[in-house]
Amino acid sequence: MQASLEQKYSFEVVKWFSVMAVIYLVVGTFFGVFIASELAWPALNMDIAEITFGRLRPLHTNTVIFAFGGCALMATAFYSVQRTCGVRIWSEKLAWFTFWGWNLIILSAVITLPLGLTQGKEYAELEWPIDIAIAVVWLSYSINFIMTVHNRKSSHIYVSNWFFMAMMIMITYLHVVNSLAIPVSAFKSYSVFSGVQDAMIQWWWGHNAVGFYLTAGFLGMMYYFVPKQANRPVYSYRLSVIHFWSLTFGYVWLGAHHLQYTALPDWTGSLGAAVSLAMIIPSWGGAINGMMTLSGAWDKLRTDYVLRFLIVSLAFYAMSTFEGPVMAAKTVNALSHYTDWTIGHVHSGALGWVAMVASGALYHMIMKLWRTEMYSAKLVNLHFWLATVGAVVYVIAMWVSGIMQGLMWRDYDEFGTLTYTFAESVAAMHPYYVMRAVGGMIFWSGGATMLFNTIMTIRMANAANKSAPAA
Amino acid sequence: MANQIHSTKLQDKTERNVFLMVGILMVLLSVGGIVEIVPLFYLKDTMEHNKYPEVMWNRKEGQTLESWKAGDGIRPYTAPELMGRMVFIREGCYLCHSQMIRPFRDEKERYGHYSLASESMYDHPFQWGSKRTGPDLARVGGKYSNEWHYRHLRGPRNVVPESVMPNYPWLEKSLLDPKETVNTMKAMRMLNVPYTDADIADAPAQVKGVNELQALVDYLQVLGTMVKLDDNKAYRE
Repeated sequence: MQASLEQKYSFEVVKWFSVMAVIYLVVGTFFGVFIASELAWPALNMDIAEITFGRLRPLHTNTVIFAFGGCALMATAFYSVQRTCGVRIWSEKLAWFTFWGWNLIILSAVITLPLGLTQGKEYAELEWPIDIAIAVVWLSYSINFIMTVHNRKSSHIYVSNWFFMAMMIMITYLHVVNSLAIPVSAFKSYSVFSGVQDAMIQWWWGHNAVGFYLTAGFLGMMYYFVPKQANRPVYSYRLSVIHFWSLTFGYVWLGAHHLQYTALPDWTGSLGAAVSLAMIIPSWGGAINGMMTLSGAWDKLRTDYVLRFLIVSLAFYAMSTFEGPVMAAKTVNALSHYTDWTIGHVHSGALGWVAMVASGALYHMIMKLWRTEMYSAKLVNLHFWLATVGAVVYVIAMWVSGIMQGLMWRDYDEFGTLTYTFAESVAAMHPYYVMRAVGGMIFWSGGATMLFNTIMTIRMANAANKSAPAA
Repeated sequence: MANQIHSTKLQDKTERNVFLMVGILMVLLSVGGIVEIVPLFYLKDTMEHNKYPEVMWNRKEGQTLESWKAGDGIRPYTAPELMGRMVFIREGCYLCHSQMIRPFRDEKERYGHYSLASESMYDHPFQWGSKRTGPDLARVGGKYSNEWHYRHLRGPRNVVPESVMPNYPWLEKSLLDPKETVNTMKAMRMLNVPYTDADIADAPAQVKGVNELQALVDYLQVLGTMVKLDDNKAYRE
């Protein structure tokens, strides 16, 4: 039966994407731990231009979002679309093009960003030739996916595929518009937009990279892997319909909340904030739908470590999608903006939700793709606890430092003058920057455990295949 | 089962036809962006100089950028300032320093008058930033001497012991490239930054022998100094 499954579906490219995702998880979070340490101990910059915070921070965000997140999305999308549609991928050749193209883009990011080749817009730093490559490879991924859905055997399109498609379309829009630039040389270009318009377009991109790439895409992942791993149907079809359309329509408006009280006109920032408050409903719709899928089977959490990743990721998702609207409220934003609280919020989403749900999905796929159990279930459990504890330590450190920063900056003494100099607030952050680096290190060691476990599992599976007689 | 409709007819139809679903998504996903972004290009209220034209530098025929004085109004960056700005972007300074002062009492006392949208109208790309690991720089111009900036950039902890900023010893080792400067100014002019032919022709002479450290400090020293702001004017609602 398994042999016929492999004839039916095209899994080789999924295997490669899965392994690369695990590798990039370790690489991307390593850069994160390093730059976090640079803020705690600036001597680590070592007077080497290529490894200073300002040049490595874009490399950290690019490797975790596009290398790890991208490979995880491509692996899970190509895997689940074949399973849910009951057909082979539309074009295997195109899927390999996507694989090599995407990895070459990542390689070029690793080379160009430390050299200081950047467009200077957050999460969209890569220079114009790489931007063009991203657009081409992204379209190859999207078209292949949409055509596979078109070829499906089932009458209706399964819900996970809705989310993947919404992500593909929105990321195409965002990437193309935000990256519009005039080249002045082979690796230097300048944004065609300036000032306030550039700021709005940047945060329309920035927040929707989170909203579609890291939320809609990973919700697609959740809608396939949670029911599969729990072996139960999705809790509510209606809820998934409602939260899908409200999330896709609403998320697009949120970017403006990054620019409240700035020189962006007040109507835009307030509009963004208002829609942000409303977004808690579709966000929690997804979280509830995922968690309630387990209703009647909660005992599985005790024995199934992979399911633990998936369910705890939803808890983090619910937590950070509650925190997001709170931070978008104007009075809170006045305090939280420009502080570490933002960094904490991003990481509760990135470590707690994105990395956890992807790890759960990757474990599930590795076992199916190589037709084996994991080399060590204990190590899966260890990874789970390292990831959870690491994320919590990280987030708490940033909550404390962020709120403290915000309060110190606005504090007045009895004479009506500012109590603290800026430098005093920097000095006060040191213990929390150390704590954050430690939290990141714990999280990173969880990823390293996963990589080791994955390598051993694949070796074990390959050895078993060799010794077994050809079936 | 397959013919039973579990939701509305439209939803059912959408779930059965991938191209219909893609089409609806393409329309739906474009709405928010269009509503929030497009008006910023034509609503007059967006840029303060439409209401207060005096914030702009009124450049007379044949006047050079060098004849401008602080407070004369918003003007394009000089060649060394522009290239200093590129160093600022290359080193990722915007990741720790914002350039956007909000209209709060503490920010006014710490950094100065709140920022205007018009003040960054020639900034391709914008550098408002999103994080203050270090202080805001929107009005840092003129606050410290050039010598202080040189010392600070070479070794921040020599001047500010609490600082976590990297040292930038390599900046003074490379000189600005006249050809790159001209190309950058031409690109800016294509994007409607009002450089004259004379500005671009003069550029190579102005950046000759200037190193990146000097250019970066030139840029920092002009930040926030262009407009003479009046506390009695409500530039923004």
